[in-house]
Amino acid sequence: MANYSTNEFRSGLKVMLDGDPCSILENEFVKPGKGQAFNRVKLRNLKTARVLEKTFKSGESLEGADVMDTDMQYLYTDGDFWYFMEPDTYEQHQANENAVGDALQWLSEQDTCIVTLYNGSPLSVTPPNHVELEIVETDPGLRGDTAQGGSKPARLVTGAVVKVPLFLDQGDMVKVDTRTGEYQGRVK
Amino acid sequence: MDKWKPGASIGALKRRAQMMASIRHFFSRRSVLEVDVPLLSSSTVTDINIESISAKVGGSKGYLQTSPEYFMKRLLASGSGDIYSMSKAFRDGEVGSKHNPEFTMLEWYRCGWDEHQLIDEVIDLISSVISAAENVTIDITKISYIDCFVHHLGFDPQDADLDRLQEIAAGLASESWSEETRENCLDLIFSLKVEPQLPLGIAIIYDYPECQSALAQFGVNNAGQKVSRRFEVFLNRMEVGNGYLELTDADEQRSRFNRDCINREKSKKSPVNIDIKLLAALEAGLPSCAGVAIGVDRLLMSEAESNSIDEVVSFSWLRC
Repeated sequence: MANYSTNEFRSGLKVMLDGDPCSILENEFVKPGKGQAFNRVKLRNLKTARVLEKTFKSGESLEGADVMDTDMQYLYTDGDFWYFMEPDTYEQHQANENAVGDALQWLSEQDTCIVTLYNGSPLSVTPPNHVELEIVETDPGLRGDTAQGGSKPARLVTGAVVKVPLFLDQGDMVKVDTRTGEYQGRVK
Repeated sequence: MDKWKPGASIGALKRRAQMMASIRHFFSRRSVLEVDVPLLSSSTVTDINIESISAKVGGSKGYLQTSPEYFMKRLLASGSGDIYSMSKAFRDGEVGSKHNPEFTMLEWYRCGWDEHQLIDEVIDLISSVISAAENVTIDITKISYIDCFVHHLGFDPQDADLDRLQEIAAGLASESWSEETRENCLDLIFSLKVEPQLPLGIAIIYDYPECQSALAQFGVNNAGQKVSRRFEVFLNRMEVGNGYLELTDADEQRSRFNRDCINREKSKKSPVNIDIKLLAALEAGLPSCAGVAIGVDRLLMSEAESNSIDEVVSFSWLRC
């Protein structure tokens, strides 16, 4: 991989730091008085998702990380691995539980996810921002109670539990924002 | 972002025009002469932390000036008396939210003054050109570099071992700082630990450590420590200026230039020829004077509470 110097650090650039692939979030150029310039850089460790801040001397460089975000279709799971397919090449990739992480609770077969590949293997999975899923378990709906606000937990077919309005029932389809886990609306 | 459009709003451009007019008015009332010195010269600074932008002039090499300092000192040595310049300065590689490779610098010199007299004038200038809400006065703090360090970090930077400074710097930044010079470690620690805690309003830090002298004279503080007679100006925790009791000794200046050149070579920076015309002016006799440079764009940023220089200049480098 190429090396990137601090003046090439841009938000979204993937670099290696202490052996882990990281994504650059922010890069602030600082030059004190008559002193040497440096860069305060915020990065996200793509393995742990932790955000860290490092200060580099301007001109220092980091090795690029072989990390690529690819749209893939989720196929199925055999319990140990989750299988994804690149729609163009039909190439399949297996992701372990660690890589799938929190995306697990939103995955429906045939949904298109972003699979982050590191050295060719899945490092993390980002589900679609919005998913439509069926309620499989919730307290009985209070029909007509549409104005009252109030909410109750509902288990969705993929396993996620979200708060939904009181009038919804088992078997209803709901739209959920996977980034916040919040109910967005009922799907007719 | 529409890159053809200016980064500054029309209102911000009007504010810039007003501020530049009130700066000129300030100096005109005090009988300080405005001088218009070249932006393009055949020589440039040797400072290891400043890179000049070079240009081709006819068949020979020229440089866009990183500050009007050398020309202004040549005028002072020619008997100009008190002078100021408000013009563009250029520095390569400086791009960021508070940096643009081309920026507006206000620089002035007061003959026969020391840095503390000049500090008072800097405070007067900033207080009179920054428009504050009615009935709001700008807080003013003056503190020595050493006291500031002791106050915020609990130790005296002049006494601290290099090992200890390197350890602190490496802990704050990254491992590569553990072999840095004293000067660079202090700068880093000051920027990351002291600056964010500086008082709001105008804060003046004076008596810099000996290793951070640049073009300042040396002096001795009340505690008997050798210091450089340099000060920095912060406005709402943003660095806006830097001043000195100017070095007038040609031999000392020559040896600092030579040391810079050696350091540039060591750290593989582009070689720069020493400005012999400045040295000749010092030899002819630079009057004792204090000088300061203020970033006009930074004043505008601070006044507008903006975090981006792009919002106070018509077209920053990313739009050029």
